[in-house]
Amino acid sequence: MFKLPIDKLNDFFAAVSAAQTLYLPVDGEDGRASYKAWSEGTVLSKALNTVRSAKDFFFPQTVNICDFNRNGLNIEVIDNRTESEDFVVFGVRACDARSFAILDKVFLAEPVDTYYATRREHGTVVTMACTQPEENCFCNVFGIDATAPEGDAACWMTEDALYIKANNEKGEKFIESVKSLLTECGTEAVEAQQSATKAVMEKLPFAGISTDYFRKNTLLEIFNSEKWAKLSESCLACGTCTFVCPTCQCYDIKDYDTGHGIKRYRTWDSCMYSDFTKMAHGNSRNTQLQRFRQRFMHKLVYFPDNNNGEFGCVGCGRCLSRCPISMNIVKVIKTFGEE
Amino acid sequence: MQVNENKEFRPKIVAFCCNWCSYAGADLAGTNRLNYPVDVKIIRVPCSCRVNPMFILRAFQRGADGVIMCGCHPGDCHYTSGNYFARRRMTLLFSMLDFMGIERERTRVEWVSAAEGAKFAATMNEFVETVTKLGENKRLEDLRCKKQ
Amino acid sequence: MQEAVIKRAKELLADGTVNRIVGWKSGEFAYDTTPAVFTSAEEIDAGFIYNDFCAPNLSKYLIKESRKEGKLLVFLKPCDTYSFNQLIKEHRIIRDNVYIIAVPCRGKVDIDTVKATGIKGIIGMESDGETVTVKTLYGDTSIPKSETHGDKCKTCKSKKHVIYDEIIGEDGEVNDDGARFELVEKLEMMTADERYDFWRGELSKCIRCNACRNVCPACSCENCVFDNPDSGIAQRAATDSFEENMFHLIRSFHVAGRCTDCGECTRVCPQNIPLHLINRKYIKDINEFYGDYQAGSDLETRAPLNAYTFDDCEPNIVYKRGGNE
Repeated sequence: MFKLPIDKLNDFFAAVSAAQTLYLPVDGEDGRASYKAWSEGTVLSKALNTVRSAKDFFFPQTVNICDFNRNGLNIEVIDNRTESEDFVVFGVRACDARSFAILDKVFLAEPVDTYYATRREHGTVVTMACTQPEENCFCNVFGIDATAPEGDAACWMTEDALYIKANNEKGEKFIESVKSLLTECGTEAVEAQQSATKAVMEKLPFAGISTDYFRKNTLLEIFNSEKWAKLSESCLACGTCTFVCPTCQCYDIKDYDTGHGIKRYRTWDSCMYSDFTKMAHGNSRNTQLQRFRQRFMHKLVYFPDNNNGEFGCVGCGRCLSRCPISMNIVKVIKTFGEE
Repeated sequence: MQVNENKEFRPKIVAFCCNWCSYAGADLAGTNRLNYPVDVKIIRVPCSCRVNPMFILRAFQRGADGVIMCGCHPGDCHYTSGNYFARRRMTLLFSMLDFMGIERERTRVEWVSAAEGAKFAATMNEFVETVTKLGENKRLEDLRCKKQ
Repeated sequence: MQEAVIKRAKELLADGTVNRIVGWKSGEFAYDTTPAVFTSAEEIDAGFIYNDFCAPNLSKYLIKESRKEGKLLVFLKPCDTYSFNQLIKEHRIIRDNVYIIAVPCRGKVDIDTVKATGIKGIIGMESDGETVTVKTLYGDTSIPKSETHGDKCKTCKSKKHVIYDEIIGEDGEVNDDGARFELVEKLEMMTADERYDFWRGELSKCIRCNACRNVCPACSCENCVFDNPDSGIAQRAATDSFEENMFHLIRSFHVAGRCTDCGECTRVCPQNIPLHLINRKYIKDINEFYGDYQAGSDLETRAPLNAYTFDDCEPNIVYKRGGNE
């Protein structure tokens, strides 16, 4: 474990930033945090988390995959990927760090999504342990330790110092690159902070919610449950939950006719939309109940069934705070849990 | 005669003209051999009321630097009231474009009757001049549609 | 208030006047209320609430609900009644199937505004109409209620109900001091460059989640133009800045003259974009150009974009304004 005096934080960012682009949460004018590239004068946000998740770095909202040009009878395919640059994402919370593991299972499984893989290769994730979890947090339900986040390297911030520890080789390389600023130290301060935070974590309102229902019951029983009707009745069919979610991974591929060629885009898609997975025959999910059910079945049943029981949710609480009508995964889990 | 050098900026202007008055007005400008810049591309619509705000935005998206809409004079609409509705619509849309910081001189409405070939030519000359001064449309452009 | 509301709801359900109720359901914390349909007294006891945290506008749900079997009861706040009227005018709600009880509103607590003051970990809130007492994981605190209002309520246009079958409590007054246009005026006074930068800054945050569209009572088309795969920007993330502008320009134009200024678009925006300013600009222009008009205030007047007069102002009125250079 290494230590950096807090007044050296800016030097630390400057040193990282000198070698590669450094992204970190920054407060906007409205007080909401979002990831921005560091430049001199940028101040690290004190907010618990960013409004949008960190998945943007590896799975951006839109990607121009390739272009097509017609040349007589031939169609020219242009791969417009550029050489990716290395970058560091600093201040990722434990929930978002786990979301990368979930996205990896989807995008790095055969056939590998090379767009995602390239970004993963070039990105170093430096996480930050939580000290002040909020009411919407429930990462502990999914076995995530917010006080010891995953990622390539993990940080803990106290009033007077930043502590950093590598979790893997990439993290070690990162620490090596800024070693001149760091001093080696013991783990006492971090442990003290961890136990204080853990005491708060236990008192979180959702600390005790149980996901057992989704393990004990069969897919069809859950799918056919009458509870979906009530849960989905006021869903507006917007895509807010899916777009702020760190683990939502569905996308759509669209061709845009520019008038002199075609640009092919990959953009996030949302299972809440009426034309999601629309096929030649029409749409397989015609009602909002079916679409709503799809989202939660995916996170709580289909994904775990295919991935050794790991849920497709990390408990970051973004959908809880952003849903226009406050319907969310916790309410779904709780409603099914009541028997 | 002035010869344009290639480097000089020539704006692309889209003119929506109603079938009954303004398009005939443009025709008259032609038969009278009145000059107006070739940069003006006319799109004939049945009535100025047919012009939907989306048409205006689409024109900008596809590379227009200025969009002008011409219709019958108020009171003369072939369909009695089409241009009255169009007038309200365009007033609000132009005001909104201005509110969003899009240069307000890039959009215009002009009433041109079938007998006003001279007015059509003069309007287009003046509009092209205004837009040329403003330069390329940068604020409502769609880079994808630009030819490199 | 809540007791009176619940009592009346149960009475109407019991005597068969209505067979279901559209109202607000309590959530995990005081602030996360969800619109819901209640069909029995038990369901009402289990979660029906009406308090200072019930911000969602219920009118839009009636498009679907009023077409179902039997009569329903709905509780409408003053601004919801404007949306309701507007929807009736557009033949989107079947009036005969709806029994409206007007409930007073003195401004709703906006959780994001509360959180923006720095209060963290809110597990409970209570409002007595003057002060909001906040229980958090890190201790209790309180905040004057007037400081908890979101944009929707900060510049309330009316506390008067424009349509109802019966009312609980006192009806309020229309507020026409013009305060809601202050920010619009401020923007109008800026230069075109400043306005452009302002809107680029705001609209570039848009993630195209469509929450503004889907929550909007005026956006009630069965098939939205943006759901058309041929629109080029169907329901998806904007791939370029033009699309961001286009979506908001066209969406706001489609509701111009029909927007009642209920402020739901801004309330639900996950990116905190002040979308209501775009709509208010249209309202302000309409008032200035064609005379004062408040969408949804009555059932008779014609919408400004469905009407005209011979001597309407010409579009070139826009060039004659200040704030250009």
